[in-house]
Amino acid sequence: MPNNIERPRRAQHIVAVGLLVAVFVLLARAVLYIPMHDTGVASSIQDNLQISGVLNPVTAVLLNFRGYDTLLEIAVLVLAIIGVLSLQREGMLASGRLAPFADPALSLLTRILVPMMILIAGYLLWAGEKAPGGAFQAGSILGAAGVLVTLSGHVRPGWLSPAIVKIIIAVGFVVFLVAAIIPMFFDKNLLEYPLHLAKPLIILIETWLTFSIGMILVTMFISSAAPITDDYVRGDAT
Amino acid sequence: MTQIEIYLLAGAAMFCIGLYGLVVRPHLLHKVMGLNVMAVAVFLVLVSVARRVPGPTPDALPHAMVLTGIVVSVAATAYSLALIKRIYTETGAVTLQETDDDA
Amino acid sequence: MNSPVLWLDILVVVILILLSIRIFSEASLFKSVVLFIALGLFVSFAWVKLAAPDIALTEAALGAGVTGALLLDTVGHLRSRNVPYSKHRHAEDGTSSNA
Repeated sequence: MPNNIERPRRAQHIVAVGLLVAVFVLLARAVLYIPMHDTGVASSIQDNLQISGVLNPVTAVLLNFRGYDTLLEIAVLVLAIIGVLSLQREGMLASGRLAPFADPALSLLTRILVPMMILIAGYLLWAGEKAPGGAFQAGSILGAAGVLVTLSGHVRPGWLSPAIVKIIIAVGFVVFLVAAIIPMFFDKNLLEYPLHLAKPLIILIETWLTFSIGMILVTMFISSAAPITDDYVRGDAT
Repeated sequence: MTQIEIYLLAGAAMFCIGLYGLVVRPHLLHKVMGLNVMAVAVFLVLVSVARRVPGPTPDALPHAMVLTGIVVSVAATAYSLALIKRIYTETGAVTLQETDDDA
Repeated sequence: MNSPVLWLDILVVVILILLSIRIFSEASLFKSVVLFIALGLFVSFAWVKLAAPDIALTEAALGAGVTGALLLDTVGHLRSRNVPYSKHRHAEDGTSSNA
């Protein structure tokens, strides 16, 4: 009886692996055909860097040349967190305690690491204008720091109410959207910053994006992580 | 074989391995990890392509795409894991197969 | 051509491919997730080799850190003695370990 089930599964498995090897051969040929001396758009990015307002080409691409992409990507992030929040049961954002107690060693490590991570995030945000760094890198470091704090049993501070958490989640996208739309009132295109305002605008948007991305990542973890109090018992009453 | 070609081939191989996890393994968590491995493979190809530019600084456009891509893939993963937990809580199933052995 | 730098690249790539194969051939879900986190860390090493230090930082914080924590948490959730709602409803003879 198990043999009858096993055999077609094994045959399926072999067919699947064979197909995947074929896909690999095709993909390998495809990637090896990528022209090696074609430098893509790198030179045009370098040529137009002075009109972007920043000196780091990655930041220039993210927030100026292809700002439309980035705007929509932040929208995807906000949508994903709305999805995660709507799948959780009521009040999980309010409780938010994940570990039974703060383990002394972990707590000490957190106390050392988290201020350093916040410092690194601040540096990345500040340096992103002219060196590798920026809102996405800084935001992910902030998010990782928040996950670390949550995992080591620290509770969320009282002033950080669920409403404020939701505001911080949305603020990056809202600031970006407003900054993108305002040029349209002055006979310009979406996201077309005036030249002399480009740098302060990009830094303003990036600062709020950093907080939003960090808060989105932490909230994703908190709201999808299983809380320490077993609320399955509560669900039993229904 | 150049450095770029090594990473390009690795990207192709990892894409197929991730596809294996997505298609063949029944457990939903394996499928999510498969998607993530595929995403990493695509990022590998993009960052290798960015390295073609002569000189020390790579092409900025693929780097920008990969940076946002990593953050978005984490968001998608978090959402799909929340869905998996909900499926488990509601039905007790961790796969999407119709005929479950314990049913 | 076979400079030591290139050998390091080949080593990283081989580790990456072996790790990703192991992730999906591993029977235990917990081990798969741990291997996935290890994959994230090796990928961020690959980003350093490809002159993308900021992507390496993001990958280590997100790909290995946050995704790993989320996956481990899900494994714990699926493994925990928490019986799903439906099974609670069916098992009213007290076999389930609800408080």
